[in-house]
Amino acid sequence: MYKRPFFWIVLAVIAAFVLVPGISGDVGLRESLLLGAVYIVLASNLNLMIGYTGYVNFGNIAFFGLGGYIGMYLVTALHWSVWLASAVAGASVSLFALLLGLGILRLRGAYFALATIGINEAVKAAVSNFSPFGGASGMYLSFSSFAPLGGPRHALWIIYFAIVVLMGASLLLSLAIKNSKFGLGLFAIREDEDAAIVLGVRAPWYKSAIFALSAFLPAMVGTLYFFKNGVILPEQAFDLTLSIEAIVMLMLGGQGTIFGAAFGAFVYEQFRGFLLVSPLFSQFQLVVAGILLLAIVLFLPGGFMGWVYRKLPRLRKVLE
Amino acid sequence: MSELLKVSEVGKNFGGVRAVHAVSFHIDEGEIFGLIGPNGAGKTTLFNLINGVIRPDAGRIVFRGQDITGLPPYRVVRLGLARTHQIVKPLNDMTVLDNVTVGACFGAANLALKAARPAAREVLKLVNLDNRADQLAGELNIAGKKRLEIARAVAARPALLLLDETLAGLNPTEVTHMIAVVRRLRDEYGIAILMIEHLMQVIMDLSDRILVLNFGEMLAEGPPAEIANNTAVIEAYLGDPDLAHKILGTA
Amino acid sequence: MYDLVASLASGVLVGAIYGLAAIGLSLIFGVMKVINLTHGAMIALGMFALYFFVSVLGFNPYVSLLPIVAGGFVVGVMVYWIAVNRVIGSSDLMSLLATFAMNMIIIGVGTALWTTSPYNVDFSLPGISWHGYTIPGTQIVAAALAIVIAGLLYVFLYHTRTGKAVRAVASNRQAAELMGIPTRRILAIAFGLGIAVAGAAGALIATLFPFTILSGGSYELKSFVVTVLGGLGNPAGALAGGILLGLIEGGVAPFVDVSWTPVIEFSLFVLILIAFPAGLFRIGKNH
Repeated sequence: MYKRPFFWIVLAVIAAFVLVPGISGDVGLRESLLLGAVYIVLASNLNLMIGYTGYVNFGNIAFFGLGGYIGMYLVTALHWSVWLASAVAGASVSLFALLLGLGILRLRGAYFALATIGINEAVKAAVSNFSPFGGASGMYLSFSSFAPLGGPRHALWIIYFAIVVLMGASLLLSLAIKNSKFGLGLFAIREDEDAAIVLGVRAPWYKSAIFALSAFLPAMVGTLYFFKNGVILPEQAFDLTLSIEAIVMLMLGGQGTIFGAAFGAFVYEQFRGFLLVSPLFSQFQLVVAGILLLAIVLFLPGGFMGWVYRKLPRLRKVLE
Repeated sequence: MSELLKVSEVGKNFGGVRAVHAVSFHIDEGEIFGLIGPNGAGKTTLFNLINGVIRPDAGRIVFRGQDITGLPPYRVVRLGLARTHQIVKPLNDMTVLDNVTVGACFGAANLALKAARPAAREVLKLVNLDNRADQLAGELNIAGKKRLEIARAVAARPALLLLDETLAGLNPTEVTHMIAVVRRLRDEYGIAILMIEHLMQVIMDLSDRILVLNFGEMLAEGPPAEIANNTAVIEAYLGDPDLAHKILGTA
Repeated sequence: MYDLVASLASGVLVGAIYGLAAIGLSLIFGVMKVINLTHGAMIALGMFALYFFVSVLGFNPYVSLLPIVAGGFVVGVMVYWIAVNRVIGSSDLMSLLATFAMNMIIIGVGTALWTTSPYNVDFSLPGISWHGYTIPGTQIVAAALAIVIAGLLYVFLYHTRTGKAVRAVASNRQAAELMGIPTRRILAIAFGLGIAVAGAAGALIATLFPFTILSGGSYELKSFVVTVLGGLGNPAGALAGGILLGLIEGGVAPFVDVSWTPVIEFSLFVLILIAFPAGLFRIGKNH
């Protein structure tokens, strides 16, 4: 994999994410990049389902939220270290997705998309009633939880670096799958599932496996993100709008392309940040984002990278 | 010659309609076996039953000594039984080479990705698509898509290949080329072939034996010469024996 | 016991309105295989339209339904030509996103106009009292009107030329096109009808409960549950599904905290989707 230029690009991006705010010490920039990194994790793992396999997971945010909840519970109630909590959250949400996938991945097209919305809402409602998770009022971190990481100020930097590492892991995971036999099977499923099955692709297992895999890193990042915030609430953790925004990011960059997923997420985050602070657009942030999405869907369905790769087909080979 | 596929008393109903009823036959290694019958006779349904796309209501299908009745298609092809579709199913947004690589990776060949690509290129040469390897499959014309369909199935390295109306929609030159490919598959690769075809001349020419289906039931089975002179077949098939003889070239 | 009966009765009445809302979603899906994610926004627009007619202009709420249905139809046809027409026939993802983008735009403008604070239409009718429980008159009238509107839609689809064309397009678009039916125009009409029905449902809901611009979202989710209960693309099943959902809500209300209702609803939703992808009621002919 290290022979591919993309591998080195990922390393360079990670270095930039670490060094630029690290050297300048700019906390505002760090927060903005942190959000960008979280979005890149969400969009590139969603890409594994939508772009690679052709299954539209509308409730993808459930993995992030559930990971956040499990991790926060392990940290606050059982006093685990945040790293172990994050890993265990990733593993358990993955397992949950695997079992869930065996059921709902029998549904195709719009039916699958609807089921994922239903699952996100069901999980949100269940968590809101689950008292160990704090019910509707959520869970809060005590200040002392940051002590093992050298106090709050220090901890925020460390968590940021960790999220950046997971962002790099997401991109490399996408690259590794794209250039594997497993990935080829997924693409075949995306193009024509019945044909893929006749050609020998064990589709039920492949779909469940990628569903579980696409849950792992978002769940880990969920733990870190809500740990950083110090609080987790059902409404934020299972925010259906963010779920759909992740799809917008993916579409913006170009579904199926690794570069596009990352690029779309990053640009969308910056764009949204700009709209929120702009005096002219702050009220119309949703409207502008909606118009942008509509324009992509109607006029540029391949997204930005889809367009670039069509103009420069050789670039696709070099990059991905 | 040893027996490759044995179909015994296989049947399938669709909501009270008998699509296939009590069909039995066997195919030997290296054999070309023709399957003919009027439209709606249940030929494609029989293919679907054999490769596991649908589950039979009755009967048994044994392939290379193993009972494959009701096994899902991805397991059947792994055992060495590949097929093509009458309505081609190219993986449109993937290259021609990747389409065939899927066959090589997931079929009986079960190759690793690295070994699958060169193998796929070999097969593309066989069907004269090697100069299109990097094109998207969706951009091929219908003849190209038909060849791709065969190439993918062959890349799986099957012992038995089911061909569903591979010649339909091709012009005479393309038909001649395709017939040559089918012959080579048997003669050079040792692949047994079960083919559905409407071009009588071709199927009579190619097949070692022929099975005739009508309304889901077996009407006759035997060598081409026998089938061509079977009055029941001729009447069921065309209604008019004189016309039939003309078409079959046996008058 | 009395509380259960009263709760079930109220559930059936509210369920009829859920059913009406879901008919809008189901009709559009049945005709063009598009899951309309503007549905919730349209329900919310129906609510605010009612507020405008009743609280600002002083109309009777039930009379207001006429302009709301007409306006909903026009808005729906416009949304079809702007956002949906180009993605008809492409992947599910595209139509989901195109309608969601419209949803973002409508909700964004609505939020700018009305903020997200609750509104309330001040209107009541004498209800029916029974063993200390009262069922408000507005609920009874709203349920009755929901069924009437559903009935009118049925008459339209089965007994008018245009309605028959809509059904023809739903069952086989290519064939309908070959027979000379202007399919795109029919799709636009069907979309308009779906939105008109959603708007009417929103207006009826606004006669019962307070609402915000975001309220449509939760009714949209309920509509999904209802359509899955009734079979996607099956408008007749949607009404039955709505009443069933109302009964479920009414049935569990006396026993568990209201916050558990969505857990039950959505779990049921997913289970039914997996077990019966064609829905529980397969009486319609659109599928």
